[in-house]
Amino acid sequence: MTESSLHPTSEVAVALELNGNLVHATVPAHRTLLDMLRDDLGLLGTKRCCAEGECGACSVLLDGELVNSCLVLGAEANGGVLLTIEGLSMDGVTDLQAEFLAAGAVQCGVCIPGQVMAAEQLLRTNPDASRDEIRDAMSGNLCRCASYQRIVQAIQAAAVGRRSDA
Amino acid sequence: MPDENQKLSSSGPNAGTHRVVGQPVHRYGGVDRVTGAQRYLSDITFANAAHVAFATIPVGCAAIDAIDTSPAWAMPGVIAVVHADDLPQPVARFGVSHKDRPVIATKMVNYHGEPVVAVVAETEDEAHAAANAAVIHYTELPGVYGLDAALAGDAHLVQDPSVRPRDDLNSTNVLEQVEYAWGDVDSDGISSPTIIEDTYTFPMVTHFPIEPGGIVAAPTDDGGIEIYSPVQHPYLLQRTIADVWSIPLSRVRVIAPDPGGGFGGKQTPRYEPLIAFLALKTGRTCRLVLSLEEAFQLMRRSGCRIHARTGFSESGELAFHEMQVDFVVGAYADVAPRVMTKGSYVGAGPYRIPRVSINARAVLTNTVPSCAFRGFGAPQVGWATESQLDAGARALGLDSLEIRRRNLVEHDEAFIRGDYEARSDGRWHESLEKAAELIGWHEPTPSGRGRGIAVGIKPGATTGLSQSLVRLLYDGSAMAYAGTSDMGQGARTLWKQILADELGVDLDLITIISGDTNSVPFDLQTSASRSTVFMGNAVLAACEDIRDRVLKLYAEATGTAQSELAHSPGQLVTPSGAIALVEAAQTALGGLRGEFVGQGTCRLWGEKGHPLGGDAAFYEFNATAIEVEVDHATGEILLTKHVTVGDVGTEINPLQVVSQDEGAAIMGLGHSLMEQMLFDDNGQIVNLGAIDYRIPTFNDVALDMQTASIENNDGPGPYGCKGISEGALLCTAGAVGAAVADAVGTPVRELPITAERVWRTIRDANRDSPV
Repeated sequence: MTESSLHPTSEVAVALELNGNLVHATVPAHRTLLDMLRDDLGLLGTKRCCAEGECGACSVLLDGELVNSCLVLGAEANGGVLLTIEGLSMDGVTDLQAEFLAAGAVQCGVCIPGQVMAAEQLLRTNPDASRDEIRDAMSGNLCRCASYQRIVQAIQAAAVGRRSDA
Repeated sequence: MPDENQKLSSSGPNAGTHRVVGQPVHRYGGVDRVTGAQRYLSDITFANAAHVAFATIPVGCAAIDAIDTSPAWAMPGVIAVVHADDLPQPVARFGVSHKDRPVIATKMVNYHGEPVVAVVAETEDEAHAAANAAVIHYTELPGVYGLDAALAGDAHLVQDPSVRPRDDLNSTNVLEQVEYAWGDVDSDGISSPTIIEDTYTFPMVTHFPIEPGGIVAAPTDDGGIEIYSPVQHPYLLQRTIADVWSIPLSRVRVIAPDPGGGFGGKQTPRYEPLIAFLALKTGRTCRLVLSLEEAFQLMRRSGCRIHARTGFSESGELAFHEMQVDFVVGAYADVAPRVMTKGSYVGAGPYRIPRVSINARAVLTNTVPSCAFRGFGAPQVGWATESQLDAGARALGLDSLEIRRRNLVEHDEAFIRGDYEARSDGRWHESLEKAAELIGWHEPTPSGRGRGIAVGIKPGATTGLSQSLVRLLYDGSAMAYAGTSDMGQGARTLWKQILADELGVDLDLITIISGDTNSVPFDLQTSASRSTVFMGNAVLAACEDIRDRVLKLYAEATGTAQSELAHSPGQLVTPSGAIALVEAAQTALGGLRGEFVGQGTCRLWGEKGHPLGGDAAFYEFNATAIEVEVDHATGEILLTKHVTVGDVGTEINPLQVVSQDEGAAIMGLGHSLMEQMLFDDNGQIVNLGAIDYRIPTFNDVALDMQTASIENNDGPGPYGCKGISEGALLCTAGAVGAAVADAVGTPVRELPITAERVWRTIRDANRDSPV
């Protein structure tokens, strides 16, 4: 089913706090948050792969929860607080992103924004995660280059760094 | 000037000291990738672009009776609705090995997903809606979806004989076949005390790049066209578009944004000629963005069935090895014949075998055309050969390691005999022993677990050409132009490292230009793990060319005799001592400034008559050891240890070697344990998409995973390197299979080794054994 075959197309106004700024958009009611970010708001850092909630490439933080933006409607973000990879990177490369680079976790890179968002959420909610907990928490984010070990290493290194900074 | 046609030879350890080569330099483009700033094809915006969508039918084989485009034309935003009748007749066919793939489905649909109608509309949604509205009337035909059906006497022919009129095989579904043999192949092998005979299967699997891909085509004012496509081979795409639509190469510009994962799946043109036609016809920039499901219908690895018969002496030496190898290549040839010939060429493995006979066929079926995929045929055939070795070991009371120790060739020993023999270009026993050491082979296997070790080999490129330009600018910064597509392997990082050392330029001051045929010199292709060797040598030669030029101009500018000057990496040596090359370059350039431009070429000629067109520039060799725990009640497998060791020559960037090795090894777990494309009786892909097709996740990685390299500086690339990006998946299946057989007592011969297959194997073994 595609958007244009849904009739009638009703549009909804969406207002949300996006990466710290209040943003307004008017989008078709059935438009996903992923498509709204990419096509209506021009934020292309959130990547699209499966578009059915299986790969995690489009992960963002909505109201402090990790979500696949392909499974959320843009309208559902109305009134919400949304953090995307652009917001996370606003002041340059974070400690976590630097650890991704140092660990050799970045290959083709398409999954990486989603991996970074998922890893950031894990560090915020479970800063002392064990390796098994990291693997479980990250298992919804696919990487076909299979940088999995490198990503686990990056998350562990960032966790150590944040503990010593705390 | 550097030798234009330098022969590839092992260069040995470089005499100079490296500052940057050999260091874990962070990947080029890494910051853009972690911040989301990297622009892949679908992230690039085009002013006033129109959008393309395809209409397909839900069967794998049908005659197209009629197409009613009027409902599509009636949809909003439609600019064009095109099918085969709208193209110049006869509809052009193209392909790298056979010109058999039509620009759009013509009279027939030969696999599920083949585009029948293309719609151009103002928006993506409108294009999809209009494509859905097109009505395709068709008659389903009894397509062939598996080997037995395709090889049956009365089988439906996937390709009409008129597509390959001069081909003796055109009344069959065999696209090509090849035979390799040496020794007394007519002997029946009765004298071998231990003979193992079995059949093995390898599934069709899909590349599943996280970037499914897409194409943008824009007509240019001079009657030419620009094509944006995340391809591994921009120059092949350029040539294909030029050939199909009769446009001079100079007016076909291919811009190749970094592929978001390639793995062999983004090598050859498929839909580009069609999108180019739509752009030329409508005069609009036409944009196609593929879904993951469409990517499944664009690329896959050939499945394979191997029947093998292998003889061993009492002490476990291989006496003979015979194989019938059938690759399931799909509806069009793509590079599948090459996959078949190259994969089966090394099918007997890196072993000392006096008598070998391999018959291989590339068999057409009504399935997605198969293409290159990491390993290029070697994993399929190697799965059978490695499993046969283990079966022989079990019969003789040896283990996986010992049987390989007794048969693996020594350095410079022939493992392929006959008229065009191939010899080991590495010290492969070192990799085998290192893998055994890392997994703790000599310690007892913990209770309930099993271990296996396997080896794999793949021939690198057998011919090739890479050209590069390097510019040393006045301020001491530098640029390299290198046509390698950077799809995750990190090619540009290596070029930066080479420039940094050879020119003495800081890493931060180096820019690499790639992915644009208008500005970057020719490179044959990004495949076969060839780039570090071929393009690396070209970049290195371009740097040496620059040093020559600096020397000559410095002599002229300072009135020094050229004979009193010499250069070395990063330096010009003058009578008063060595100075930095950058400083010498500034002195030489003087007040007019300007820059130095160096050119480098690496060309490997083939060998006439050789079955592969030439001996490989290098071989990728890998040893993999696996330990598993098997739940006998459910058949579930837990990977406890996974070790791979590659024979890499020299690590130019150890961080990238580890990334590629781990990535290949984990990807190898896919076809070994979980991945397979499944088709129904109508040729539809049953598990189309990420929900139903499972690839390895974080939780599928072994509890303990290690990779290691053997560095003997014995490769033909810069500083003695070899290509490395495929090795670690060549023998994953063999090692997993051996470990599972060790754990449960009986081997599984069909991949993937799913829990269900293990459970059935255990059940059948218990049923057969006396209580």
